[in-house]
Amino acid sequence: MSKLTILTKGIIKENAVFVLFLGLCPTLGTTTSAINGLAMGLATTFVLVMSNIVVSMVKSLIPDKVRIPAFIVIIATFVTVVELTMQAFLPDLFEVLGLFIPLIVVNCVILGRAEAFASKNNVFDSVLDGLGMGLGFAFALTVLGGIREILGSGALFGFSFMEGDGMLIFVLAPGAFIVLGYLIAISNKINKA
Amino acid sequence: MASKTESTFRNMLLALFVVSFISATTLGYVYEFTKEPIAIAKLKKKIAAIKKVVPEFTNDPNADMYKIASDIKGDTLEFYPAYKDSELVGTAIKTFSDLGFTKRIYLMVGFLADGTIHNISVLEHAETPGLGDKMDKKKSKWSEQFNGKNPANYKLIVSKDGGDVDAITAATISSRAYTDAVDRAYKAFIENKK
Repeated sequence: MSKLTILTKGIIKENAVFVLFLGLCPTLGTTTSAINGLAMGLATTFVLVMSNIVVSMVKSLIPDKVRIPAFIVIIATFVTVVELTMQAFLPDLFEVLGLFIPLIVVNCVILGRAEAFASKNNVFDSVLDGLGMGLGFAFALTVLGGIREILGSGALFGFSFMEGDGMLIFVLAPGAFIVLGYLIAISNKINKA
Repeated sequence: MASKTESTFRNMLLALFVVSFISATTLGYVYEFTKEPIAIAKLKKKIAAIKKVVPEFTNDPNADMYKIASDIKGDTLEFYPAYKDSELVGTAIKTFSDLGFTKRIYLMVGFLADGTIHNISVLEHAETPGLGDKMDKKKSKWSEQFNGKNPANYKLIVSKDGGDVDAITAATISSRAYTDAVDRAYKAFIENKK
């Protein structure tokens, strides 16, 4: 596998949300607007890259039987770092995403990549994999959030372009499932072509 | 690849201990490092809310804060008096309600000396996006109906229950909670007026 494929496969071909269906809980929960989706995606990317680096560095030191708890402690540490930093320096964003940040710990994308990729590959490849997967995740969340924001509140990235309310169902949970369903259909079409 | 560490009891114990130890140390440092910015950010938010809800003041309301026991046992309301050149121009009260759709909501309500509501700002809430969150000024102008009203002749109950407050469309529960919080602040304000 070339270095470039490792980086790009996470964005379209093995997109965590559209193709692997991993990490759907934060996907559905946080994407009420494009900016929320983007922020959640970038926070996840950071945790993914950092945990991939550490896991691939310590992979031969951790006995097989305890690898999962060890990985989870590593991931949880980075998530808490993100949470505290965001609370300190981006309080407005934290207000919106605060509830969901601790959930990154149990986001299966991250443990999945640590287990399936970082624990078998070297540090550099793991960084590329984490970056690609993370950006793919961020891309999916931003698109989903953008569509829900346009339909649900008549705005994009907070800039309102119509008076009054949109179709409220798209801001609420059912709208997340509906939009996600259509996006998965489109991504299937692209990947099969 | 370097040979894998075997899963013996000693190795497992050692590996988990080292991982947890490093993790705990890191978090300790990050916590210490972010403690102050977090406190500052929270304080800034509170001061901004107080500034919004009372007329211009010259003192530090945060330093003059005092607590009053609320009608719910064990909970207190925070009073932030605002003085301009030693004359009391208003009081911001941090109040709450448990009638909301999800968890407790917190408001900052500003009263003028005679009990008139000057302005209200939402501190914390978790109402449904698109419906109950219209209580937030950023989302809709709904809450402006309270401004300039004196609860002495303005019944702080939603109109559906026989009061004077128009509820948010499709979010009567959130509106009730909001009104309840304002009412709690007003009652405490009247009781503690010297």
